[in-house]
Amino acid sequence: MRLALERRPEQSRTMTVVSPLIAIAITVLVGAIVFSARGLDPLHALYVYFVEPVMTLWSLEELAVKTAPLVLIGVGLAVCFRANLWNIGAEGQFTAGALAGAAIPIMFPEWQSPAALPLMLVAGVLGGIAWAAVPAFLRNRFGVNEILTSLMLVYVAQYLLDWLVRGPWRDPDGYNFPESANFEGWHALPTFGDGRVHLGAVFAVVAVVVLFVFMSRTLKGFEIRVSGEAPRAGGFGGFSRPRTVWFCFALSGGLAGLAGLCEVTGPVGQLQPIISPGYGFTAIIVAFLGRLNPIVVLLAGIVLGISYLGGEAAQIELGVSDKIAQAFQGLLLFLILACDTLIRYRIRIGRRETAVATDA
Amino acid sequence: MTDPRANDPATISAEGAPDEPGGTPVGTGRSSDETTGDANIADAAGIADAADAQNGGYLLEAIDIVKRFGDFTANDGVSLKLRPGRIHALLGENGAGKSTLVKIIYGALQPTAGSLRWQGGRVSVANPAAARRLGIGMVFQHFSLFEALSAVENIALAMPGPFDLAALGERVTRVSAQYGLPLEPGALVADLSVGERQRIEIVRCLLQEPRLLIMDEPTAVLTPQEADQLFVTLRRLAGEGCAVLYISHRLEEVKQLCHEATILRLGRVVANVDPETETAASLARLMVGADVHEVSTEAHASDGPVMLSVSGLSLPSAGPFGVALRSVSLDVRAGEIVAIAGVAGNGQSELFEALSGERLAPARDAISIAGAPCGTAGVTARRRLGAAFVPEERLGHSAVPGFVLSDNVLLTRHASDRAMVGGGFVSQLETRAVAKRVGGRFDVRTSRENPEASALSGGNLQKFVVGRELDRDPRIVVVNQPTWGVDAGAAALVRQALVDMARAGAAVLAISQDLDEIFEIADRVAVISRGELSEAYPARDIDRERVGLLMAGAHETGESAGRAPPPEARA
Repeated sequence: MRLALERRPEQSRTMTVVSPLIAIAITVLVGAIVFSARGLDPLHALYVYFVEPVMTLWSLEELAVKTAPLVLIGVGLAVCFRANLWNIGAEGQFTAGALAGAAIPIMFPEWQSPAALPLMLVAGVLGGIAWAAVPAFLRNRFGVNEILTSLMLVYVAQYLLDWLVRGPWRDPDGYNFPESANFEGWHALPTFGDGRVHLGAVFAVVAVVVLFVFMSRTLKGFEIRVSGEAPRAGGFGGFSRPRTVWFCFALSGGLAGLAGLCEVTGPVGQLQPIISPGYGFTAIIVAFLGRLNPIVVLLAGIVLGISYLGGEAAQIELGVSDKIAQAFQGLLLFLILACDTLIRYRIRIGRRETAVATDA
Repeated sequence: MTDPRANDPATISAEGAPDEPGGTPVGTGRSSDETTGDANIADAAGIADAADAQNGGYLLEAIDIVKRFGDFTANDGVSLKLRPGRIHALLGENGAGKSTLVKIIYGALQPTAGSLRWQGGRVSVANPAAARRLGIGMVFQHFSLFEALSAVENIALAMPGPFDLAALGERVTRVSAQYGLPLEPGALVADLSVGERQRIEIVRCLLQEPRLLIMDEPTAVLTPQEADQLFVTLRRLAGEGCAVLYISHRLEEVKQLCHEATILRLGRVVANVDPETETAASLARLMVGADVHEVSTEAHASDGPVMLSVSGLSLPSAGPFGVALRSVSLDVRAGEIVAIAGVAGNGQSELFEALSGERLAPARDAISIAGAPCGTAGVTARRRLGAAFVPEERLGHSAVPGFVLSDNVLLTRHASDRAMVGGGFVSQLETRAVAKRVGGRFDVRTSRENPEASALSGGNLQKFVVGRELDRDPRIVVVNQPTWGVDAGAAALVRQALVDMARAGAAVLAISQDLDEIFEIADRVAVISRGELSEAYPARDIDRERVGLLMAGAHETGESAGRAPPPEARA
């Protein structure tokens, strides 16, 4: 017996849908094995991890809080990845957006006006765009690989945040904790329900709908898809690749910046040394699990949102480290990419004799 | 020296196996060569004599090689015999079967039928590694070097077994000096010229002491001076008893360098000749076919306005394997078809991209479309002036493979068709309607409605991409290799469509390697060679022989005559 991968003549549409489901199934299976290896009842552990988070109204609201930034960043990245551009520095653009927007309430704490919040939102978007513009410029001007530059800028942004909250932006009345003052009044995002779900969730849904229409119905969306799929044909069609690079980085950076601003003016409520449990990186998984399709990205965002909540629940109820959430997320991305092989290839089970014959 | 070849069962010849001295032929022959320094090859070594008795002293014989790809026969009973110490040219147009034959000899392909003999013994060369063990080395047209590594590191990567960089560096210096191939072992490949990179490839082969060296169009990427220096090296190698199989289109070069020539046409050997006694013209005639085509009487001189004008267009080469365009000038009038003939890789794609606007010209008035200077305007602006373009490569250039046909219609017509895009939104109703109309008008056969471009056969996709442009009723059509690799039916349809277009008043420029096609459709013919374009001659005033000569570079300026001597100082 031997397994062989055989190239399919055309991409399998079925597998495009089925492959992420297989990946999720294997992730759950591996999770069960890990839990039982820790001496836990695997069924109970999986229930705590994956099901309980969606069983109460409170946890559903919390799910929306976690899902909003994932989706907001994930749809932007989906467009970027469609163009074959690998912006993996959304975490940095998220942080840069948070810093740019938070500068207004921190520097002008007395300025309470209805104009403040819109201005902060715009500043957040611009902050994200500015951070994403660096890899875009380096790529267009010098051909520098955007994977490296966008990733490295994450750490620059994080250290900048760290320095600001420990230094110039520290709350003077904050007992020397490394935190900024709390954002209140017109400096905080409006919320719904019990007071955790914020305007960012609305932005996320709007972004999903707008980008879905954009990618599937407009000429610009077509340009981006061509540019990623066949750059030479894109040039022949009269589309400029550098322009696509600028556009995609600005879009994904701007959305990440918006998500960052929403996070610090919403659930977090101030600047702290750590403002994100890795939303910018997890959003990469969201984009892939969402097949780079904005509507499906929304569903994928919910799945990954559950993994964050499940991690917290597992820490409390099962006494395992909340790092388990990251382990599951990493495993899921790995398995999605592996299973995507099935879109282009089919598995053929052959007999050993054939292999020998062809080798000889 | 111990020679693995001696133990290779594949090399053993069964019939009339000679006695002991003849039984250990391979290694000794070479060493006796080296010690005596004997350059006279016919009786270079004892074993050659022994072999002479059986096979006339041939080093390699390819006998009745047949190679089929599906129902296409690339080699149809080809035989080729190479002697040690001789430089043997393999000539033929693109698609004549040269590469297929060479790949079979080098073990990269297996023949459908026929056999190979090495020093009289029947061998099967399973892969390139086996070929190298036999003593066959090959220098490819496109190099495989790591730019970030030095010359000697690149060579070390190709050597079997463990290596010592310092010792290897010394060997490289010694061998490269011995053969007049100046090479600095520590130099970074990225800093080297194309000619110097080629030397690395050659030295890499020479270190394995080949008995047959295959060179695939080595001068295509070289300057004339570098080419001259290469010839010195090849002659020296031949003088030491190495056989050289030299693939080229450049007839003057073949006359100058080669002792024998085998000419292929359409997968068959049409002649074995002595290049010195032939003229470049007679070689060209053999290459392109002796059957002189009756020029179509419908060809006519057009006196319509000049629709496409190129004047003094020069463009540097875009990469190490690109070709620079040198002062290209051409006018195409409304109502005529001008064809550009030439062997592939002589600047056709570069010219096409300059005309389409995918690469911009340095000056605005280097290119004019319908009277408007547009050398610095992009492809969209040129389409709006009424020009249409069909590139050579169907998948990935003309069309996006994974996109459906209606999306591929949008690719080139989004700017020129007002009904297709409104307010930034695409009208799929319109793109589908156009795709359907093109399919109907140009007989594009598909298994289902609006399939992905990659699902179409070559001929059907070509009909689609040509039809997509002609359906716009453009005033100017530029098409590169209009029927390359398509079936006869599709080819006829495409050619007829181009002729009809011109008769209806469009200016058509067709770049083609297919001389039959050119003489079938063209009113005027120009030839491109190494980035230089000849004058365009009326098709009725030019014959294949003249075109063949031009393809071999007869019109090139200031090179063939006054070549500088090789820079000896560098050796």
